[in-house]
Amino acid sequence: MSQDILVQCFVEALGVQAPVVVDSLKYNSIAQWDSVAHMTLIAMLEEKFDLMLDTDDIIDMSSVAKAKEILSKYGVHF
Amino acid sequence: MGFISKMLLKDKVCIITGATRGIGLAMTRFFAEQGAWVFVNGRDESQVQAVVTQINSDGGKADAFVCDVADPESVKNAFKLFLSKSKKLDVLINNAGILDDALIGMVSPAQIERTFGVNTYSVIYMSQYASRIMSRNKSGSIVNMTSIIGTNGNCGQAVYGGSKAAVIGITKSLAKELASTNIRVNAIAPGFIDTDMARSIPDSVFETRVSSIAMKRIGQPGEIASVAAFLSSDLAAYVTGQVIGVDGGMLI
Repeated sequence: MSQDILVQCFVEALGVQAPVVVDSLKYNSIAQWDSVAHMTLIAMLEEKFDLMLDTDDIIDMSSVAKAKEILSKYGVHF
Repeated sequence: MGFISKMLLKDKVCIITGATRGIGLAMTRFFAEQGAWVFVNGRDESQVQAVVTQINSDGGKADAFVCDVADPESVKNAFKLFLSKSKKLDVLINNAGILDDALIGMVSPAQIERTFGVNTYSVIYMSQYASRIMSRNKSGSIVNMTSIIGTNGNCGQAVYGGSKAAVIGITKSLAKELASTNIRVNAIAPGFIDTDMARSIPDSVFETRVSSIAMKRIGQPGEIASVAAFLSSDLAAYVTGQVIGVDGGMLI
């Protein structure tokens, strides 16, 4: 469930297909995941998972795998 | 079909910082009159609650937003509480500010830190969280309070003027950065406004200030509130990155 929501957030925020959203996908490794898309992604994650991320965590969210690790701190289980 | 009277800010969710007195209080009351759900910010919980209670008893809608805007941890916690009450935010008014004048040779590091903390850093801290919530709906308005001292400078006000000039840079930068998410960012630069602070200066200084104003009178807090309401409303839907002087033609 959480995995599906996470993938959907990436799909909508980055404008990519779902198969692209894998743990190894890194920030700035594709043109679609730039700083503007990153902030859109953050807003979507906060809304969908009903949480508020710390600024340090927003900066640290450098990959899909890292996103899961950070969201886990906020009680989201994958 | 006749003309329809419409409240400028009906159902808009607004946070106003430094809202318990002076210009902030005037804005809070006017925004509530215009149909907004106002979140009243201040550091003192009892002062905030008094404003909230008054507005609600007058038929408006208000809630508390208690935090020290210069403290990022305090701001974060206030936004967490805010999100438990509202999932959307339409307007942020960064009004909180302090004035602590001194000639340059007498400025202390603590004074610089405190002034920039409240007047400048707070604008960034508040806008960080607010813009993320606003971007969910691809809509929002941020209004920052700068000052005629920030645009023109004044003797003995290097720190205050610097802190307010920085607000203009923040405003213009955020306007460009957030335009793609339809979040507008503008600033108001008040002149000499009738607040407790203005009334506390010596009579001779007061008269000198008033004589420097083309309209020959001090401004009223409500005259700032009405401009803030305009910038916050859909009437200003195509206005962003602007600094609006509200100073009666004051010269410094």
